[in-house]
Amino acid sequence: MPKTGIGVTVIRKEACNKVTGDAKYTNDFISVGILTAKMVTSTCAHAAIKKIDIAQASSLPGVRAIITGDNCSVIYGPLLEDRPPLAHKKVRYYGEPIALVVADNEFIASQAVFLIKVEYEPLPVVNSPSEAIRQGAVILHENLGSYKTVVEDVYPKPGTNICDQKQIRKGDIQKGFFESDIIEEARFILPQSDHIAMETRTAQAKINADGTVFIRSASQAPHGIKKEISKVFGLEEGKVIVEVPFVGGGFGGKASIQLELLAYMASKAVGGREIKIINSRENDIVTSPCRMGLEAIIKLGASKDGKLKAIQMTYLVDTGAYSDTGPRLARAIAVDCTGPYNIDNVWCDVLCVYTNHPYVTAFRGFGHASYTFCIERMIDKLARRLQMDPAEFRKINSLLPNHTTPTQVKVTESNFGNLVACIDKLKTLINWEEGDRLEIGNDKIKAKGMACLWKTSNSPPDEVSGVFLTFNEDGSINLNCGCVEYGPAMKTTAAQILSEKLKMDINRIYVNMDVNTKYSPKHWKTVASMTTFMLGRAVLRAAEDVIRQLKSLAAVVLRCPPENLEVEDEKIYVKSDPAIFLNFKDLVHGYKYNNGNSVEGQILGRGSFIMSDINVLDKETGKGKAGPYWTVGAQAVEIEFDKKEYTYRFIKAATVMDAGNLLNPSMAESLVKGGMCMGLGLGSRECFNYGPEGEVLDTSLRSYKVMHFGETPQYLVEFVETPQLDSPYEARGIAEHGIIGIPAALGNALSVAVQAELDELPLVPETIWRIKTGGVL
Amino acid sequence: MYSLKGKNIVQLNVNKEIHDVVIRPSDVLLNTLRDQLGLTGAKPGCENGDCGACTVLIDGWPVKSCLMLTVEALGKKITTVEGLKNVPIQKAFIEKFAFQCGYCTSGFLLVCHALATIHPYPPDIVIDEWLQSNICRCTSYEEIGNAVRAILSGEI
Ligand code: FES
Ligand code: FES
Repeated sequence: MPKTGIGVTVIRKEACNKVTGDAKYTNDFISVGILTAKMVTSTCAHAAIKKIDIAQASSLPGVRAIITGDNCSVIYGPLLEDRPPLAHKKVRYYGEPIALVVADNEFIASQAVFLIKVEYEPLPVVNSPSEAIRQGAVILHENLGSYKTVVEDVYPKPGTNICDQKQIRKGDIQKGFFESDIIEEARFILPQSDHIAMETRTAQAKINADGTVFIRSASQAPHGIKKEISKVFGLEEGKVIVEVPFVGGGFGGKASIQLELLAYMASKAVGGREIKIINSRENDIVTSPCRMGLEAIIKLGASKDGKLKAIQMTYLVDTGAYSDTGPRLARAIAVDCTGPYNIDNVWCDVLCVYTNHPYVTAFRGFGHASYTFCIERMIDKLARRLQMDPAEFRKINSLLPNHTTPTQVKVTESNFGNLVACIDKLKTLINWEEGDRLEIGNDKIKAKGMACLWKTSNSPPDEVSGVFLTFNEDGSINLNCGCVEYGPAMKTTAAQILSEKLKMDINRIYVNMDVNTKYSPKHWKTVASMTTFMLGRAVLRAAEDVIRQLKSLAAVVLRCPPENLEVEDEKIYVKSDPAIFLNFKDLVHGYKYNNGNSVEGQILGRGSFIMSDINVLDKETGKGKAGPYWTVGAQAVEIEFDKKEYTYRFIKAATVMDAGNLLNPSMAESLVKGGMCMGLGLGSRECFNYGPEGEVLDTSLRSYKVMHFGETPQYLVEFVETPQLDSPYEARGIAEHGIIGIPAALGNALSVAVQAELDELPLVPETIWRIKTGGVL
Repeated sequence: MYSLKGKNIVQLNVNKEIHDVVIRPSDVLLNTLRDQLGLTGAKPGCENGDCGACTVLIDGWPVKSCLMLTVEALGKKITTVEGLKNVPIQKAFIEKFAFQCGYCTSGFLLVCHALATIHPYPPDIVIDEWLQSNICRCTSYEEIGNAVRAILSGEI
């Protein structure tokens, strides 16, 4: 395997640790004497807490402390401060933490949890986003008006269940519909679901004698935890140290902060002793944040010749009982609300609403898999009404350079890529010309559907990343960065970029796998498929920094101007005569002359990057730039549907993505396929079912089903490469995008097969049967 | 059969070594391996038998260690991922990109390793059946399938 640079398949740096059991995750740090904290969680989705009786539990030997909401007046949230770490006076979702037991071990902690008696007085529940905005709906947060907003662009509406609203107004919607010959309208319902990272969320905490707080956590946001804990509890930032080892999958679910605060509170309650808190799978599903739900009403108009003219959308984001990341999801939907299509007249309202469901956070695709389902179903419906080929319809409406997006950003080849090329390639890949519906006998139908996707990031406008480089005496390099390794091999990508820039063997570059906020430069959160872009830029700067230092030192030794020198293969040589060179190892810790005199010291490299050119969106029109670029793609799913049983199986799933420039081809393919697999799960089975009282019914992997081995289709993945000029080696983020269009492509394929409009997810046989037959046996 | 009451010192045969551990009758093998022997390769993912992250081999057969009491493992040969020493499936997992976060990997490695030992020439349906016991949330499963087929075919 090649050893240098980009564009070649590289094995991930930590591969060996992960196939030997050697890779350590948060829970694998087991120390003697560590106490266990365990949560008592709500069994009601909405209720007043009348009484919490801890008497019996407290007297249990080995119980060291019990904390309830009464002991803590904190209220926090990343965007809008609306959430107590432990419910206070009221519970707002099923599974909400109410009390925390700290005990010598799991066994005693569990007994104590069992002995704590909570008395509730049930309140009426808000069990869907449309219920939340109904006249006379029960209000979840009566104090919404007094909550502090953390960022400037959340707009809560006191007296309602709306914690944020984003809107897009572009062009003239009336005119757009007036010019439309055909108008399609539909309503969509997508319930919440969960990340199901295989490692459940967990945290450890200890408060040292000098007041230093140490947190170890399974998190995508070590620096975010540091900031939040210091802010919430009034601690000096430097006194909060957060360490994150390997993380067992994140998918956005570990970007929010929850257990870390509880861990700190638990440790504080026992005089700073070391404690751990581990989510059971059940808690991980309901107590910790899940994926948003969505309801949508969309009206889409086109002219007879198939040009999209106007779109009007109302999206209701089910953010659950607390806002957390919900407002950002609402914004992400608003920013890309039309899908990657050129529509001059756009009217979109996204309401982020409270319900008595578990609260939500980021999830792979950041809202895009949800609204894309709605948009791509609409596109298919309209194409069929127009009797146009859905692929062709998408092509003629694709955004192109010089068009503008819903937030009025100008599209360029660099910031958008080439969607038309993706569609063309996809058509070949999936054999589109064969037709999208074939009766193949035995009541079986083979059908295909497609969907397009696009996504930009929605990170804060001042997000930073950074890199430190140090050298070992033998000339090899240590790369220290603050991003977390939870799967997509971003640390390996960083090493690849450095290896390419320094033209050196990647095996001679060592990357820190864990992150410690005391030593690792800040990387805001490892999210949004932005690591290659941000960290990559920082790596390039750090590489330039060491090249400059190496050249200036070598120039002194070799008595030539630094610009005459070149770096390659751990050597610095004179361009005109490569036989004259110095080795890295003779320079990186200072150069020593023959007589022992030495000059310069260690070469230390640093590289820093801040997002620029991103702004807050205009409140009225949404105008503004949310992210630096888009990744676009086209996806398709082929299924075999059984008309009698309403069941189906996957035959093929295909993706063509514009990757800009592929840095690590096999890894890229594998990331895309992983996303596709998750997308098939979302489309076909994954969701929360709620009981009439708002309780989540699927709280274990027994009833919450994900994709398993042997259920998967044949995967077809190809790339288009339209350079993104401002990205490291022109690469686009691709880690999360594989999921985005798959539920939509599945919905389109099944709608074709069944000959019904399937506008709900997940598409389980029962749902298909109900929609097709109206539920009549 | 063993009969235990209260805390006991017992011996476990893990990765060809004999270890003393202290157990209660209700202790689960997964926790004993992790907490007492530091063998953290076996992971809790659900502690309910649904995910397979905790898989170990008991006399060569894959077993979910979250569903097995430690006493049930007495007198049996336990193999954890730490006991796999350069077996082909490890190489295959690396070369075929069969993991990302790595959390499910120990479990899958042991299932695949046992499959190749017990059924050297399995039909596809047997492969599916065996590997359906575990969940991987990162990969598409195709990569894991490629890895296991690579060792079955002798490619690796
Ligand atoms: S932890 Fe044992 S099967 Fe999930
Ligand atoms: S590699 Fe992450 S769960 Fe399988």
